[in-house]
Amino acid sequence: QGVPKPFTEVIKANIGDAHAMGQKPITFLRQVTALCLCPELLTQPSIPEDAKDRARRLLAACGGQSAGSYSASPGIELVRRDVARFLQRRDGVPAEPQDIFLATGASDAIVSILKLLVSGEGPSRTGVLVPVPQYPLYSAALAELSAVQLDYYLDEERCWALDLAELRRALAEGRRHCCPRVLCIINPGNPTGQVQSRQCIEDVIKFAFEEKLFLMADEVYQDNIYAEGLAFHSFKKVLFEMGPPYSEEVELASFHSVSKGFMGECGFRSGFVEVVNMDPEVQQELTKLVSVRLCPPVPGQILLDAVVDPPQPGDPSYELFM
Amino acid sequence: GIKKPFTEVIKANIGDAHAMGQRPITFLRQVVALCTYPNLLDSPSFPEDAKKRARRILQGCGGNSLGSYSASQGINCIREDVASYIERRDGGVSADPDNIYLTTGASDGIATILKILVSGGGKSRTGVMIPIPQYPLYSAAISELDAIQVNYYLDEENCWALNVNELRRSLNEAKAYCNPKVLCIINPGNPTGQVQNRKCIEDVIHFAWEEKLFLLADEVYQDNVYSEGCQFHSFKKILYEMGPEYYNNVELASFHSTSKGYMGECGYRGGYMEVINLHPEIKGQLVKLLSVRLCPPVSGQAAMDIVVNPPIPGEESYSQFIKEKESVLNNLAKKAKLTEDMFNKVPGIHCNPLQGAMYAFPRIFIPSKAIEEAKAHKMAPDMFYCMKLLEETGICVVPGSGFGQREGSYHFRMTILPPVEKLKILLEKVKDFHIKFLEKYA
Repeated sequence: QGVPKPFTEVIKANIGDAHAMGQKPITFLRQVTALCLCPELLTQPSIPEDAKDRARRLLAACGGQSAGSYSASPGIELVRRDVARFLQRRDGVPAEPQDIFLATGASDAIVSILKLLVSGEGPSRTGVLVPVPQYPLYSAALAELSAVQLDYYLDEERCWALDLAELRRALAEGRRHCCPRVLCIINPGNPTGQVQSRQCIEDVIKFAFEEKLFLMADEVYQDNIYAEGLAFHSFKKVLFEMGPPYSEEVELASFHSVSKGFMGECGFRSGFVEVVNMDPEVQQELTKLVSVRLCPPVPGQILLDAVVDPPQPGDPSYELFM
Repeated sequence: GIKKPFTEVIKANIGDAHAMGQRPITFLRQVVALCTYPNLLDSPSFPEDAKKRARRILQGCGGNSLGSYSASQGINCIREDVASYIERRDGGVSADPDNIYLTTGASDGIATILKILVSGGGKSRTGVMIPIPQYPLYSAAISELDAIQVNYYLDEENCWALNVNELRRSLNEAKAYCNPKVLCIINPGNPTGQVQNRKCIEDVIHFAWEEKLFLLADEVYQDNVYSEGCQFHSFKKILYEMGPEYYNNVELASFHSTSKGYMGECGYRGGYMEVINLHPEIKGQLVKLLSVRLCPPVSGQAAMDIVVNPPIPGEESYSQFIKEKESVLNNLAKKAKLTEDMFNKVPGIHCNPLQGAMYAFPRIFIPSKAIEEAKAHKMAPDMFYCMKLLEETGICVVPGSGFGQREGSYHFRMTILPPVEKLKILLEKVKDFHIKFLEKYA
């Protein structure tokens, strides 16, 4: 409206969208994806051979060798296998392709899992423990599903750490008016940016085991760790290293995405969930549920594959990628 | 390693053209590849008109990257292109980009609209009228939302036409146990392949206006019209032509997609919906709902842009584009006729004219002995038939019970997507199988 302001431009520091703020895409990822979309490019000399190998392999896994075909509803089988291998390398713990569901972003997978978990009425309506501060996908999804949101406060005085006493308080209070079944953790945290310690994660897993809570571990920022002395520990890895009974009984869903990390490919809407110790009949229902939307976008699945199967030392694209 | 009397399974069950060997449209793939890897804008192997479209799309993206989130409603310039397309398609009836929402396939748009329409409890729970036979996204979405499914039967004797008397019957019966508020139409039809005529659409619109129903027009097959004398009329266009009393009042959501037509880009999950006469407050809620999933995949939005903004006469890529498009559509039309004719030559099979879409939905006669055996196996008779067909010929089709049909009638849905030569073999095999089946269970 022409009102003078003491600044010349609006600086958008509001949305977690790296490319919008000028971050460049990773060349290799875009090359592999473009090759799959336009296989004529396989003859283009300027594109390196390792990208072409990936593309040929992926196209062979697509119906009619086209990225335009529907994939299976949980995702292209080959990509699920590559994700499983990625998880094994990351955690040193076995991962099965059939426990991996590709999704239209992590948000899509999170909503699907919540849909499975929300049931009951009145005092038996499912309660879902979410951190405060939280990423408001959770509150929005819970509102949409008419689930009960149960807030637990992160400890600002202690770098936004998860606090067991606070979890216990939130749970006890929740039990007075609903049926708390789910515990959501965001690690590394959004908006708070904390990276939970290994001890903390073990404590949370023990808590979930004791209280029979389904754990949802939103780990989309697993590649974004900056502070010295901190490391990303996946809930899956810690769970397995704790051994039985935890590793055999705690129900866990872990989420990842191509939107964050070093990739920043928000617009491709691609992610996955790995489910652990899920009842096979429930896992069947999950498969049925995701089939309603047919399949996640195939260009995004292709890009995800390049993320979990990146160039290796010695590959033509390795240096540029690193 | 069990031996079968066939060498390959022929998948005639899913509406996925590329999986059955149809080639993508070159121009569409060039533009999306250019958007994905903009270094290619310097490559001489891409035509200038593709580059121009790609630059325009990229300019509409944050940081000029396909990797940025778009606005939840979709990239502005693409929505404008969709609006222009709709105006051209409908003979000048204006379309407002603000009423256009890009979606993750049409399925996403349909599920989202149903979400905002479903409410109430018990007898006041929202009823959603759907055609029988239907595309089972509708029954699945209705089930997921705990809405009430209200069936209305298409008229098989009359080329699967919509019949307002049947709509009225269905609505009135449903009022006893729910609050019917929504009327879903699939035109051209899936699985039935009929293309509704103008009069029929007018009658349906008038009915929706009278009964204050929200109209969902699933028009994803609008490019797939084959029969002479049939034409696609959008619900939006007819609504406008019926005059202000209808045009200003009937709430209508129309859906399109990149998955069908001549493009067959199912895997991109591209689509849009145009929603008119939506109350402004509801529109606010719709945008809020869409924002939970952030945005539709941007590569799918780009694909949708090319569908609505293809090469035009005079542009460098036009002649190749039009050749590819016409080749796909002519091929489908040929296969539609071939399939209809072949099926109608088989005793015990009757196939309505395949006016559009991608499927044949022939009616099959199943002898009572076979029905009994099916029951003994705890299977629907047409499922039993289809399993036998698969076991004996390798041909995979979908039983009519998956789509719904009148009690006591049986069908299967077969796509017309396999290449012509394979399709001919397929149809011969189905014929042979059916004749043997009739003899076995006589």
